[in-house]
Amino acid sequence: MKNITASRKRACITLAVSAALVVTAAGCGSSSSTAKSSTGSASLWMLQDPTNSVSQSAVDAYNTTGPGKVSMNVIATDGYKDKLRTAMGSSAMPGIFFNWGGGSLSDYVKAGKLVTLDSDLISHFLPSALQAGTVDGKLVGVPSRGTQPVFLFYNKKVFTDAGVTPPKTWTDLVNLVPVFKAKGITPFAVAGTATDSWTELMWIEYLVDRLAGPDLFSKIAAGDWNLWSDPAILKTAQMVKQLVDSGAFGSNFASVSYGAGGTSTLLDKGKAAMVLMGSWEYATQQAADATFAKSGLGYVPFPSVEGGKGNPADVVGNPTNYLSVTTSAPSQTAEAFLKTTYSDSYVAGLVAKGEVPVTTNAKAALAKAPDPTYAMFQYNLVANAPSFTQSWDQALGLTLGTPLLTVIQKLFNGQDTPEQFVSGVLAIKH
Amino acid sequence: MRSAAADLARPGAAWAVPGLVFFCLFALVPMVGVVYLSLTSWDGLSDPQFTGLQNWSRFLGDGQMWQDTVVTAVLLVGNIVVQAPISILLGVWSAGKQRNRAVLSAIFFLPLLFSTAATAVMWRQLLDPNFGIPAKLSGLIGDTNLLGSQSGAVACLVLVTSWQFIPFHTLLYQGAARTVPETLYQAAAIDGAGRVRQFFAITLPQLRNTIVTSTIFMVVGGLTAFDIVLLLTDGGPGTDTSILPFAMYQTGFQTYDYGYASVIASFLLLLATGASFVMVKLSGYDKMTSTLEGM
Repeated sequence: MKNITASRKRACITLAVSAALVVTAAGCGSSSSTAKSSTGSASLWMLQDPTNSVSQSAVDAYNTTGPGKVSMNVIATDGYKDKLRTAMGSSAMPGIFFNWGGGSLSDYVKAGKLVTLDSDLISHFLPSALQAGTVDGKLVGVPSRGTQPVFLFYNKKVFTDAGVTPPKTWTDLVNLVPVFKAKGITPFAVAGTATDSWTELMWIEYLVDRLAGPDLFSKIAAGDWNLWSDPAILKTAQMVKQLVDSGAFGSNFASVSYGAGGTSTLLDKGKAAMVLMGSWEYATQQAADATFAKSGLGYVPFPSVEGGKGNPADVVGNPTNYLSVTTSAPSQTAEAFLKTTYSDSYVAGLVAKGEVPVTTNAKAALAKAPDPTYAMFQYNLVANAPSFTQSWDQALGLTLGTPLLTVIQKLFNGQDTPEQFVSGVLAIKH
Repeated sequence: MRSAAADLARPGAAWAVPGLVFFCLFALVPMVGVVYLSLTSWDGLSDPQFTGLQNWSRFLGDGQMWQDTVVTAVLLVGNIVVQAPISILLGVWSAGKQRNRAVLSAIFFLPLLFSTAATAVMWRQLLDPNFGIPAKLSGLIGDTNLLGSQSGAVACLVLVTSWQFIPFHTLLYQGAARTVPETLYQAAAIDGAGRVRQFFAITLPQLRNTIVTSTIFMVVGGLTAFDIVLLLTDGGPGTDTSILPFAMYQTGFQTYDYGYASVIASFLLLLATGASFVMVKLSGYDKMTSTLEGM
């Protein structure tokens, strides 16, 4: 009994002292950040997906050598962000955690929860993939997964039958619309239900980049919301409207869902000629119809837009996923563990799972990819891109991204005019 | 000295304690918390900042909230108008003695066993314009763009909700219809009343209390049900099917504006309490008069 009271008393004192420390030192909510040794055990939160085994081997290998230990927790996709958000607001925050970079991190950076990472890490990754891991000029996330650029997928057979080639310019793209429409084929599959309006966002992202270059959006993401009034935004909305009105997406796209049973099946069955989608479309097609993925599925970069200021080699999409370190992690352990993300064995493991890592040493490993041609296409697309704009909903974070998706959906549905689109977006941040 | 009879008549107040504790812990405390949060600005990460009535004045001037309230009401009324007649008829029918009754009733009750998530996912596939029912019935449905227009999406929501919940209400009516005394029907038959006349003169009045119960279930359930909206239309097209509970979820858990979400929650609380209060008063349900009085 006595021991318990004594230890309780000690705990109380510790609490009081650390509380006082926190109040005087930072005024931040987590008391664990004040008294941390530099090595020790760090928890690692990963999103559940097929590459978990690769991460687990990296953790196992790391734990045999150290310094410190890393313990991995795999968390289901649904609710990952909610769970992370809740944990980050409490004292139970993870030491190292998987994330999407950009806006998903900026709140945590502002709240002082994240550690700025060692700049020596930079040289090991493709520059365009690091943009989204940098918030307010601080490197807070290192790439931990493959890259997922967005580009045009097409059905080879449908194109051969129509005697046409995939578009290289916007004019090509517009001219292809009547060709496929005449054959009763939807030129572009797009998923227009509210859940899937991010597939519509991809069109806007590319058009703005091609018209104005990547700076416009990066300034908006950095906080200058009034830049939505830039003429390039209105021009983009008008081009989208023309495309919709010309029947490029068919007439019922507002009820179409993404993926198998929706857009992917439309492309596979030849009911649609093309789809603008992230690189994961290949895996979706492979799961549904492996023969089509192997021989029937074509892919090209998004076309250039005549007269636009943007570089046609720019890409948009998910540069990669990131690992970030919180103030609760033992610093040396976390830093040493992050170095495993560009080790040869980790990169080879990702490649075997069909991922295209964004490390500088990945090119050699890609020869062993399940489909080396496809892997090299993506790697070169990203390596040669002067800029890789992160998907806007990710870059802005959910607070701004969710209402943005709604406004985009209204533009595609014809509920809003291009002018209303611009004023609608401007009204999101009051 | 108290008599044994007095002890029997009124149980001591202590019996209410477990119920009260649960009510306070899981209803009152959160309600007070929500009202407090509605007066703050809170992102879930830092501490809530007290902002007074700022959220409330924003709420009153928010056109989207007005639209959400209207859509909530339309869905509510639509669901009652569709579900009530069908479940009364089905319930009364399944209370009978027909030979195929048991088998057919069992089939009708099946949707009740599915979770809303499963129901919504299934119907999303079924409503797909290219590979679902609309594609097969394109002559009837036109451009098959069911979820792409406000009226179409609302109709789909009513259809799916009704499909899911009619069995539950049917069950209520079946039970109630079975308690109607056989003698009433026999007397009516002797007086020459046909089946339709019997239904309107005997069955419906006898089901009065059940109709009130079932409608309250529909109203309160409708005011809090957002899962089907989230999974079937996600508030779309645009924000056309965004109802209040859905707007609350989106504001709170998607855009992390817990202060404003709490305003919507408080408003819903008022609405639901008010609606059930008015219904109970109007229907005389609180007086609990038996439909068998005088028999």
